[in-house]
Amino acid sequence: MRKSLNTLGSSVAAIILALVICGVLLLITGKNPLMAYGKILETGLTSEKLLEMLKRATPLIFSAIAVAIGFKMNLFNIGVEGQYLFAALIAAEMGTHVSLPAPLHVLFILVVAMVSGAAWASIAAILKITRGINEVISTIMLNYIALSFIQWIFETFFRDDSDGGLNVKTTEIAPSGRMPDLVHDRLNGMFIVALLVAFLYWVIVFRSRFGFQLRASGLNPIAARTAGIPANRMILFALLLSGAVAGLVAMPSVIGDVYAYGPSSTPTQFGFAGITVALLGRNHPFGIIVAAMLFGFLDSTSAVLQLSEIPSSIVKVIQAIIVLVVVIVNEASSRRYNRKIAEQAALSPKSLDVSR
Amino acid sequence: MTKTKNFKLFVLISAALAIISTVRLWTDQDALTSSDTIGTALRLTVPILLAGMAGLWAERCGVLNIGIEGMMIFGTWFGAWGAWQFGPWVGLLFAILGGMFGGLVHAVATVRFNIDQVISGVVINLFAYFGVRYLSELVYVGKPGGGISQSPPQKWALPKFNMPILSGGEIAGWKSPDFLGWLESQRWFILGDLGGISRGLTHSISWATVIAVIVVPVSAWVLWRTRFGLRLRSSGESPVAAESLGVKVNRLRYYGLLISGGLAGLAGGTLSIVASSYYRQGQTAGRGFIGLATMIFGNWRPSGILTGAMLFGYAEGIKLVASDSITALFLLIASMSGVFLLYAIISRKRSQMLLTMCAFVLSAIAYRTIDTVPESLTQSLPYVVTLIVLATANQRLRPPAMAGVPFRPGEPH
Repeated sequence: MRKSLNTLGSSVAAIILALVICGVLLLITGKNPLMAYGKILETGLTSEKLLEMLKRATPLIFSAIAVAIGFKMNLFNIGVEGQYLFAALIAAEMGTHVSLPAPLHVLFILVVAMVSGAAWASIAAILKITRGINEVISTIMLNYIALSFIQWIFETFFRDDSDGGLNVKTTEIAPSGRMPDLVHDRLNGMFIVALLVAFLYWVIVFRSRFGFQLRASGLNPIAARTAGIPANRMILFALLLSGAVAGLVAMPSVIGDVYAYGPSSTPTQFGFAGITVALLGRNHPFGIIVAAMLFGFLDSTSAVLQLSEIPSSIVKVIQAIIVLVVVIVNEASSRRYNRKIAEQAALSPKSLDVSR
Repeated sequence: MTKTKNFKLFVLISAALAIISTVRLWTDQDALTSSDTIGTALRLTVPILLAGMAGLWAERCGVLNIGIEGMMIFGTWFGAWGAWQFGPWVGLLFAILGGMFGGLVHAVATVRFNIDQVISGVVINLFAYFGVRYLSELVYVGKPGGGISQSPPQKWALPKFNMPILSGGEIAGWKSPDFLGWLESQRWFILGDLGGISRGLTHSISWATVIAVIVVPVSAWVLWRTRFGLRLRSSGESPVAAESLGVKVNRLRYYGLLISGGLAGLAGGTLSIVASSYYRQGQTAGRGFIGLATMIFGNWRPSGILTGAMLFGYAEGIKLVASDSITALFLLIASMSGVFLLYAIISRKRSQMLLTMCAFVLSAIAYRTIDTVPESLTQSLPYVVTLIVLATANQRLRPPAMAGVPFRPGEPH
């Protein structure tokens, strides 16, 4: 309890510190930081923008959980970007080839997306297990390979040419395969799925035997192996699971908004944003949801900032600085916390017995 | 010892040349070794080479640098800004300074505050990407030719030179003959290729290219032949032992990361000042990561990085200059792996036999069946090559032992 309070306190302090740093940056570049922050709060706290915040948070939650599953096992999955774009294309195309009743159709598309995301992630897993290639390098390479591979399959096979080549999308998914909106045109049902995935992530990684083995392998691989936890199998499972969740990232767009895959209509860059959200949320499901909402909130206000002559990309700069400062402050505070615990342990008489 | 080694290298290079030359005459694809291709390849090699050297300096002092891409982005933006305001040489200087800023942030985060080195690198990439976008909105929007994603074009370009006598350079106003160009145009077996390659390396070379190439021997000398280099490498191999001998590990890691950032910035500067005349968003196009890959490919050694960067540069160059000669590349790969297959059979290396056999059969089939490779797929060529190289060569690579492990001075170990 004390530790989580400690974490919460340091995170809030870090966010304030980051806002101060950004304020200085704004001042140097000749903008008024108080006005900018005031504008962000003023426009962000309307019901319309708060719904947009939830909408923007949805893909971030998926992406961050995908990254966090890897982190829990000490694997850095930078390849979420490639995994979800690949999954979006395959799921959008497969979704047009089946006719099922509504809930099953949606479920089918979601499963296809998860399987294709996991399939793309499995390449990195196999390379790591059989050839020992670091997943950081292989997933970065696989991101670029995915981009051109997707472009090629899309242009040659999946592009819907029915209206004279003007349409740069796959065929639209039938209404039975669409996820209904929670609030018409403002918030899609995928938000509920995101919360569900966050809950499942908590159950599987923090409360199950498998999750225990996963976290143990991440914290101390040698001890885990000694305890009989198969290292290679954990790598494979962690990356498959991560890829499966990554497959859902673009679903709010594919089955909730556009109902198709298109190079320009399917959003990109969520894989990298997910890394920052996972770091900010410290890989904990609750933290990730809060962090995703914070980022969604900031993103939703960027268009209004533009109107008041403050460059909208400052929002992204704020996000990057927040993450860097949060990571630094967390590292420093956890080190201080550990030292304090160690000192207390050294002072209590019990520790003498332990040491003997 | 070195004599036989040199002899081996000589035989290897001549064999490679003979194969290339045969393939060129067989397929009639002069572009394989034309001075155009080689010149373009050299231009494309430079940023990757510098990015690889940036990775080398960081990892040799014990810090992983995933943030090279971001430092390159700083280099492209500040370089373009400096070149736009004050001319190309100042631009290059600004590029280096911009990259060093990124290196400093990375150093403060990882060395001072001990945060995860990969995480810091990833955040720097993001910060750079959006940070320069913010700066562009402030500085470039509204200027003629400028905008949120690109800078106004620069007025001056860096001077280029041709080697006198060999490639038609001028000596005091006298235009000397273009000997290599003549040799190339004769298309003779091997000699024609030699002419094309050397003309590509000596014809219309930018001074920035010369600087980039000099970085390789200078880095090798400093890292392996000076006291500073020895200490720097020791902080990457065994910081605890180094510290016990009085080496200031953290200070050296700061130096290493500043040099790394500066080189990455220069890499970015060559993109926005030499390869083009303006800054464009996304100009780095993942070259920082390819640089990291060449560093691994080159086994954390300058000569290996140079080889890897040239390989990537060539693959990209031939794609740009003559995309229809890519099918000739399949034949080239097939014949090269055929030679390696023979060698493996003679020396009875079973694992090599299998691997080269696969490469031989695959590339031979590709040459016979594929007429044109879709543009979108050739884009991924360097990345696929990287993965294949890593998959085949990974066992023999040896990174600095303690690269990536945070180090806190003065703590019990």
